[in-house]
Amino acid sequence: MAEPMLKPPKIAISPVDWMRENLFSSWYNSLLTIVVGYLVVTSAWPLFSWLFFNATFLGEDSSDCTGTGACWLFISQRLNFFIYGFYPDDLQWRVDVMFLLLAVCFIPQFIERFPGRKWFGLFGLTGLPVIGYFLIPGGNFGLEEVQSSKWGGLMLTLILAYIGIIASLPIGILLALGRRSEMPIIRGICVVFIEVWRAVPLITVLFMASVMLPLFLPDGMNFEKLMRALIGITLWQSAYMAEVIRGGLQAIPRGQYEAADALGLGYWKKTGLIILPQALKMVIPGIVNTFISLFKDTTLVLIIGLFDILGTVQSTITDPAWQNVAIEGYVFVAFCFWVFCFGISRYSQNLERKLDTGHKT
Amino acid sequence: MKKQATDSVPAGPKPWYDPRVRSLFFQFIAIALVFWGGWTLVDNTLSNMQSRGISTGFGFLGETSGFGIIMSLVPYDSTMTYGRTFVVGLMNTLLVSAMGIVTATIIGFVVGVARLSSNWLVAKLALVYIEVIRNIPLLLQIFFWYFAVLGSLPSARQSLDVGGTFFLNNRGLYLPGPVTQDGFGLVWGAVIAAIVAVIGLRIWAKERQLATGAIFPTFRVGLAILVVVPVAGYFVAGAPLEWDLPELKGFNFGGGITIIPELAALWIALSLYTASFIAEIVRSGILSVSGGQTEAAKALGLPNGLTLRLVVIPQAMRVIIPPLTSQYLNLAKNSSLATAIGYPDLVAVFMGTTLNQTGQAVEVVAITMAVYLTISLSISLVMNIYNRAVAIKER
Repeated sequence: MAEPMLKPPKIAISPVDWMRENLFSSWYNSLLTIVVGYLVVTSAWPLFSWLFFNATFLGEDSSDCTGTGACWLFISQRLNFFIYGFYPDDLQWRVDVMFLLLAVCFIPQFIERFPGRKWFGLFGLTGLPVIGYFLIPGGNFGLEEVQSSKWGGLMLTLILAYIGIIASLPIGILLALGRRSEMPIIRGICVVFIEVWRAVPLITVLFMASVMLPLFLPDGMNFEKLMRALIGITLWQSAYMAEVIRGGLQAIPRGQYEAADALGLGYWKKTGLIILPQALKMVIPGIVNTFISLFKDTTLVLIIGLFDILGTVQSTITDPAWQNVAIEGYVFVAFCFWVFCFGISRYSQNLERKLDTGHKT
Repeated sequence: MKKQATDSVPAGPKPWYDPRVRSLFFQFIAIALVFWGGWTLVDNTLSNMQSRGISTGFGFLGETSGFGIIMSLVPYDSTMTYGRTFVVGLMNTLLVSAMGIVTATIIGFVVGVARLSSNWLVAKLALVYIEVIRNIPLLLQIFFWYFAVLGSLPSARQSLDVGGTFFLNNRGLYLPGPVTQDGFGLVWGAVIAAIVAVIGLRIWAKERQLATGAIFPTFRVGLAILVVVPVAGYFVAGAPLEWDLPELKGFNFGGGITIIPELAALWIALSLYTASFIAEIVRSGILSVSGGQTEAAKALGLPNGLTLRLVVIPQAMRVIIPPLTSQYLNLAKNSSLATAIGYPDLVAVFMGTTLNQTGQAVEVVAITMAVYLTISLSISLVMNIYNRAVAIKER
């Protein structure tokens, strides 16, 4: 494209003009700005001085926290517990390896021009869970076994959310296809399954998984608590996943189905080669959004007695060695979740904008 | 299955290539699998329950519960039945859901509109609120309000006191409770009469406007009727209302209405969390109304208020209602997090205590899930009816 002869005129706005435009455009707006500004300044100042200026960052134990600010010492002293739970100290490198692999697989997804980032993502969805399956619990390849009851903290939160999403994806795809099927009975089964799981709160599902699952299984067969929670989360999540994927299936123009039929492709070839690749690509933002809500919902497992990151913090703030650290603990967990969720949601918004090719149906 | 049958073969396709036969076959397999799975589950469950000595059936609902509940809307004590605990839990769930829906809607609409404000500071503040609140797990927010904020309130003896009528301490918020005296029926009668009168007025004003074009100030007059008539009725009946003030008795307050901290924490957290989602829904709804609509309304000479009320809001509502419904459903489902802080909702008293005491997991879980299914289906039914009413009428 040729360079335009004249560049568009630069619109220089002085700060004063900007303020007149955006803050003091009328007497009513000026009043609002002054009142709201006053409230923001008066509440932000104590907040910041509590968070940073008066806070204690260095020291050994709770006696060093004498200031009027936050006691971040509590977090730094207990960080190991908040990240790994009861995972043995000398074996934590295994978890670190998984954290590293997770970062290697998914950080490239945020970088547009990273070479082969698709393959990193695919490996994250397929290879990574397999490695994790052998590495984290151990018990083979000469690795010492670590019972799942010792897992906890951020690591457990990530495991729950990650496995929940990966396991629910294939089930969700099948359910979504079933719901769009022309066979009334299969459609009926899928509709009932999806609607029932979507109607009940996750906490009842977790309760059910922890008290009823042992009753459902034949004698002598039993799962650990973590496994039961994972089964519950996966079933529940797959119903949501199915609805997201169904949205993508419905957005595929009819012509695609008809073209596949005209080529003489059978159902599975048509679905696998033509429909699903397009539909799944379209619903990536939706899948990412369900991942965010699942990630937040994993905190519920503390109610059935698993120590996720909130569970570890909640159990530590009642520790008599530390007094009045509840707010610090909650702020820390909130910050962890916020960073993950906000980052991922920004990513999903970018993706949505990029995938939006303008022919929405 | 979509294998095309070829008509050129006179005998028709082989049965295993015939789509109808295939479809029947697969559906038969699906039914068989579901029945087999269901039967295995039932069989396993029955034999497991037998070996563990758990009784079956719904008879336990008539047995005495023997545990107390800190808050109930219907009279309840520990000598009553498990059936009663179910009712208490259900009422508490419905109460907090209804309260949450009302406040979340109000906050959500205010923040959503503030997000579009021409005032930079207000718009950014709304943005910060939305982005912070919705990216933090709800359970964490409930804990924050319950343990960190309400837990740090003073004890009963050092209560915060507003004029000797309102008290706030770590056991809850104490409000004066209204006690109706004889003759309060007249006030109710006046309220009903006022409502009927306003409806009549509205019909009359609309007919008059259609006939003559003259606009009657229905809203202001209606509001006046709604206020004046019941107040008049109240004084005519001789002010038949007394207030039961909360009073410090021993270590705690008695009398009046108590809002327990569990309810307050759950209510605040549910409202703020859901409001952040509603705000985004409202914003996108208002943005979805194209600018041409506002310009056309201005060209017709409508003032700003009428433009908003007659042109923008009705069109925005169409976009807002469906996602708003799912937020209401989420709120009702999320109210089950009550169990984490001990607010006696359905999950806490029924799926928690009752299940632990009776051990009848299957029945209790089935009843609880059925309740949530009913709540979900009824909310979506009501909202679907409303949605149909406001949807675009295409002719």
